[in-house]
Amino acid sequence: MSGIGTGYDIYSSTYSPDGRLFQIEYANKAVENSGTAIGLRVKGGVVLAVEKLVQSKLVVPGSNKRILSADMHVGIVSAGLLSDGRYIAQSARDEAKSWRDNYRQPISGKSMADRLGLFVQAHTLYSSVRPLGAGTIIGTYLDGEATLYMIEPSGVYWGYHGCAVGKGKSVAKTEIEKLKLDEMSVQEAVREAARIIHTAHDEAKDKDFELEITWICEESKGKHTAVPKDIVEEAERLAKESIKSEMDDA
Amino acid sequence: MSLKPGEVNLGTSIMAVAFNGGVIVGADSRTTTGSYIANRVTDKLTKVHDLIYCCRSGSAADTQAVADIVQYYLQMYSVQQDEPPTVHVAATLFQEMCYQNKDQLSAGIIVAGWDKKKGGTVYNIPLGGALIQQPFAIGGSGSTYIYGYCDSQYKDNMTREECIEFVKNSLALAMSRDGSSGGVIRMAVITEKGVERLFVPGDKLPVHWQG
Repeated sequence: MSGIGTGYDIYSSTYSPDGRLFQIEYANKAVENSGTAIGLRVKGGVVLAVEKLVQSKLVVPGSNKRILSADMHVGIVSAGLLSDGRYIAQSARDEAKSWRDNYRQPISGKSMADRLGLFVQAHTLYSSVRPLGAGTIIGTYLDGEATLYMIEPSGVYWGYHGCAVGKGKSVAKTEIEKLKLDEMSVQEAVREAARIIHTAHDEAKDKDFELEITWICEESKGKHTAVPKDIVEEAERLAKESIKSEMDDA
Repeated sequence: MSLKPGEVNLGTSIMAVAFNGGVIVGADSRTTTGSYIANRVTDKLTKVHDLIYCCRSGSAADTQAVADIVQYYLQMYSVQQDEPPTVHVAATLFQEMCYQNKDQLSAGIIVAGWDKKKGGTVYNIPLGGALIQQPFAIGGSGSTYIYGYCDSQYKDNMTREECIEFVKNSLALAMSRDGSSGGVIRMAVITEKGVERLFVPGDKLPVHWQG
């Protein structure tokens, strides 16, 4: 009974005397060690992007997607344990289907965030499960309206104009805060997202990464899809250029 | 549609019509058990949410039970979603119940109301549990006598007053031909602003040719 937790981290449901839940804080650590994921909610759509750190040169490029779809109009990106992210996405798919079965219409971003929030929170209550080590960003676009939510391992969620999780979240957040998201088009948002992920990437500490970018907007016909390759390549080229010129200035 | 011995029947004339800015639902008021009029001033227009009504036809017990359950679902929906349900959501819930339990129910329901997305809307859910959006719908045993009249008289984008006259005349014609329909006409005008209930007594019904 010695060490950091001093017995208050055996169960995720046990409070420490000062009111903290250590297991949830450890789950947050798992999220902070992962590649950066961001979401941007702009005029007429949402853009999701993630810095997928490549573990080995043997892994096939484009495999192990971190951005998943829960429904035609719902995109989910997670930072943290990839398997937990997939588990949450599976729950999101179940919720999306059940909503369609009940109401014959697509689920709203608000309802999806609410259901997933309850799901994640339920994993902080019982000794038979562990808190989910994934920060989840949910982007939706429905009837011309875009929503963006982020759920933390504790189960709390907020609606955002722009959000970031993972290793480079503080760098990414300061970059996002500079943007005028309400006046930005999705095309601009894709370029910004590429730039932010490249900026947040720590060349010294991390090896290679793949940039995954998806969007939901009019151009994607209201569907959550990967941003076309040529647009991503152009965005990455511009991103590298702008980072290089910034470094030259400094 | 076979009723159990002694089961109360809404051998009915009901209709709902969308107009410029809202929707009107209307019904006769006769409830029968066989040839006996169990209630001559029935209200077959049932509120399921602030701006969503349903017109019930078929078994009184079945349609009341279904409407009660849907009303409960819609109340939960509006609290959980923090916004009123659309007419489409209400109609979907009705259809789900009517379709899944089609073997045990005799219920023909028209759902109508106003919502922010689509304005005044009408959905018809006939016996098998289909769901059909229509500019106007008629239902119940009395409706068979007025299909031609309604098709010839209906116009898109009627005014409130035109629409009231259309509903009143259609129902009066159905009630005069159909033995299982009659009594008074009850109506509800549903717009963004709210619901206005209208009543036409049995001796003030519009009179058409009676031979």
